[in-house]
Amino acid sequence: MRASVREADGNLRTGTGAEIGSVARLLSLGRAELTLIGRNKSALFTSLVIPVAMALAMKQAVAGMPLARAGLSPETVLLPATLGYVLVFAVYSGLTGAYVARREELVLKRLRTGELRDLEILVGTALPAVFLGLAQCVLLVVLGGLVLDTGLPTAPHLLIAGLALGMVTVVGCAAASSRLAGSAEAAQLAVLPFMAVSLAGSGMVVPLDVLPDRVAGVLELLPLSPAMELIRAGWTGGGTTHDTVRQLLTGLAWSGLALFAVQRWFRWEPRR
Amino acid sequence: MNIGEKSAGGARHSGAWSDADVIDVTGLRRAYGGGRTRPDRNPRGRNEQGRSERGGRVRPGGRPGFEAVRGIDFSVARGELFALLGTNGAGKTSTLELLEGLAAPTAGQVRVLGHDPFRERARIRPRIGVMLQEGGFPSDLTPEETARMWAGCTTGARPVAEALRRVGLERRKDVRVKQLSGGERRRLDLALALLGDPEVLFLDEPTTGLDTEARHETWALVRELRDSGATVVLTTHYLEEAEELADRLAILHEGRIAAAGRVADVVAAHPSHLSFELPDGYHLGDLPPLAELGVTGHETAGRTVRLRTDELQRAATGVLVWAQEKGIALGRLDVRPASLEEAFLQIAKGLEKA
Repeated sequence: MRASVREADGNLRTGTGAEIGSVARLLSLGRAELTLIGRNKSALFTSLVIPVAMALAMKQAVAGMPLARAGLSPETVLLPATLGYVLVFAVYSGLTGAYVARREELVLKRLRTGELRDLEILVGTALPAVFLGLAQCVLLVVLGGLVLDTGLPTAPHLLIAGLALGMVTVVGCAAASSRLAGSAEAAQLAVLPFMAVSLAGSGMVVPLDVLPDRVAGVLELLPLSPAMELIRAGWTGGGTTHDTVRQLLTGLAWSGLALFAVQRWFRWEPRR
Repeated sequence: MNIGEKSAGGARHSGAWSDADVIDVTGLRRAYGGGRTRPDRNPRGRNEQGRSERGGRVRPGGRPGFEAVRGIDFSVARGELFALLGTNGAGKTSTLELLEGLAAPTAGQVRVLGHDPFRERARIRPRIGVMLQEGGFPSDLTPEETARMWAGCTTGARPVAEALRRVGLERRKDVRVKQLSGGERRRLDLALALLGDPEVLFLDEPTTGLDTEARHETWALVRELRDSGATVVLTTHYLEEAEELADRLAILHEGRIAAAGRVADVVAAHPSHLSFELPDGYHLGDLPPLAELGVTGHETAGRTVRLRTDELQRAATGVLVWAQEKGIALGRLDVRPASLEEAFLQIAKGLEKA
């Protein structure tokens, strides 16, 4: 392959057609980032253990909620919530820290001197975290189906749509949040607002269906609410088509907003 | 694979481009802290005379900005090695970042390989190599992993092992980057900049932090690249480095080019110096008429006399013959020909205006 970059006498560089491809670049960066995740054992442990630990801690509280009226069970609350914890703790929080660390180490600036496009740098850095997060979710869904009464999802397309939407949202929000922190330590504080809002208001701890309509109507508009509703719909079958479309649109709007914020305000270099 | 033959011919990079300037900079300015491009500036850049001294460093937002690059022009021809020389804070890195397309100029125009490096970044990236002043590498990767990642993102990259060997890092390839010395990190950075055999190479202080031996090895490498047809722009605050490597150089001072040209031209534009102490009872007026000695200027401080001249031999002979005739001894006699160092020091002290 590479030999074709030059002609046989080694004299000529051919045109842009011989350039290394976008996918190759992404995989290359993603691989390095995966190595880095593997080297940060404590962070890896946290992101693997916290979601399950949170779910176990919430078990008692959820059991006491008036779920039956809303057509839910403790399992259809806890399992989707665990996937939500994966999105928030493993992907969002870890990735915000990664963006900040790479920026402060001047890695992002150095990468921009190379052939990677800006979007590729952001996506490539996110790839392993997203991949690990999805693997965790698949494992949880399968294990949940085997161990709990919920069984396997009856509407997997809604679950997949919810997860995809959630991933895009948390990656975008992580990149946007990185702007708020000047160091890896500060990043642990910068993630708190989004975390608190998502845990409390997006139906992870308390399902929106259990809340008064007026409150739920507002909370539905939070960034991770549509993803959580869709994920839960994977087991419950969800509401009307109208509901699903509204959730998708809200989710896409947040993803778009996050992308806009990143494009506008993302910081590639440490503050001078 | 013909990778081994890559550096085969000096004509490697020649082609339709050979006569064009690879880098062309006009009226370049860069300001920090004040927000976005000033609408009142002509983005094409004009001749800077007449507005370089214009005040108004206050930005439209009301916050005072700092202008690191204040209107510079230069061009670099294909295959040339051009050095930007200056003290810390002279604007070297700020200028280089504009050439690399990492930032957009506040005013003026940059062309690299015929393209705007900021707006058309993707077009020039496969053809340039960059070494930043400070390497940006994840501290928990090894040099080999770093180079492998970089190779995966670089068109026509050399094999990783060869790239590391080239800068003498093959023995350290499995050590974490955070455990490398400053000099080793510089060499890793250089290895990555060279990975794709770039046509144009930007090196920001490539030998800072290197020991003497490593510095000479880096010089040899840079010269080898230049000889194989690459165009190199480097910044340095080592005069020796500029003298050793540069075909042409520009001395930056406070964001402006204070002197530019071949080393010999820059040196020739500056006078030589002759200084000595007169014994008690003698004064400057006792010397032969200074103009006849080819002296163009003088300073005195106590008994010390310092003469400037473009004809050092004539001036020195005149003074020494005079001293012999009078039978006096000149203390602290110092005869100093013009050198890049002298030129640089004078510029750095702000003794000269651009």
